[in-house]
Amino acid sequence: MNATWWAILGTAAGCYGLKLLGLSVPTGLLDRPAVRTFAALAPVALLAALTALQTFGQGAHGLTLDARAAGLAAAGVAIWRRAPFLLVVVLAVAVTALVRALA
Amino acid sequence: MNLMTAPSRPTAATAASPPAAPPGPAQAGARSDRAVIRDSLGIGVAVGVSGVAFGVAGTAAHLTVWQTCALSLLVFTGASQFALVAALAAGAAPLAAVVGALFLGVRNSFYGLRLAERLALPGWLRPLAAQAVIDETTAVSLVQPDRRSARLGFAVTGISLYLIWNATTLAGALGANALGDPSRYGLDVAGPAVFLALLAPRLREGGAERATALIGAVLALAAVPLVPAGVPVLIALAAVPAVLLLGPRRRVAPSQQREEEEEDGR
Repeated sequence: MNATWWAILGTAAGCYGLKLLGLSVPTGLLDRPAVRTFAALAPVALLAALTALQTFGQGAHGLTLDARAAGLAAAGVAIWRRAPFLLVVVLAVAVTALVRALA
Repeated sequence: MNLMTAPSRPTAATAASPPAAPPGPAQAGARSDRAVIRDSLGIGVAVGVSGVAFGVAGTAAHLTVWQTCALSLLVFTGASQFALVAALAAGAAPLAAVVGALFLGVRNSFYGLRLAERLALPGWLRPLAAQAVIDETTAVSLVQPDRRSARLGFAVTGISLYLIWNATTLAGALGANALGDPSRYGLDVAGPAVFLALLAPRLREGGAERATALIGAVLALAAVPLVPAGVPVLIALAAVPAVLLLGPRRRVAPSQQREEEEEDGR
């Protein structure tokens, strides 16, 4: 068992526990305004961070501007035009590959 | 999966399917089972095929096909799966990667709270049903007018999505593996494109969401040179208290209220 497998099993156990928790606890225990607000905004912060890191990250500590930024821009336009999910991903991949091929 | 908010999907599915038999007199006010099944399958198929993007992302993150498939089988909540492979690919410590993925899974707890009331499942069924507590099953269940339809919608959406998501994860992983170096084909951008697609509907909700996203992204990028890999994502969480404390409070409240009204009204 390497570290990747431990991370996979830890995520699986944790995510399952979170799902079961909601089905099992009395409503009043978790359903407080402060908890709800945090739970609503936390994914927004995480998804924005993940988008930025995966687009501009280079290795463990570097930042860079490369073909991925062009691909993400294409994804942004596709999302703005309300394209279906898979088309968004395909366009981003195609534009990134194209920019790399031309560079 | 959190791959999309469901409301637009049932319409598309309905338009593509043959019309269901009109409900008999005994079902007046209730939805016919066929209509519920049709809408649920529409979402299960439409969202389920997105598993191919996860299979590709797993491969691009240098996970094996088995590891990628294990994530879809065991974790089965898309945003957390994508976040974990992204963090591992960036060289994050496993614990930091897991914590980031779990924060994205917290919303499923809140879905569970709503579903527990709506579905009223017997205790023995909860451990099995829990795995299917995700964005899409919640959206389908909460729009049903009665408990019977809600249970049927939950089951059909959950089972069809689970099967298709896992099948397409395998297909995506095998396909990307066969291609070789993922970055040559631009596949390394699949992850961020997915995250942006997941983020977009939230950005349309209001100023608090947009401020949170902007601050979160800036904090994370600024932290990259300073802290170990995997930690910048967690630092981005500081955007939440920053927005809540510094921003005008009423900007958060109406958007939340709207969300609740939508859920109740469906």
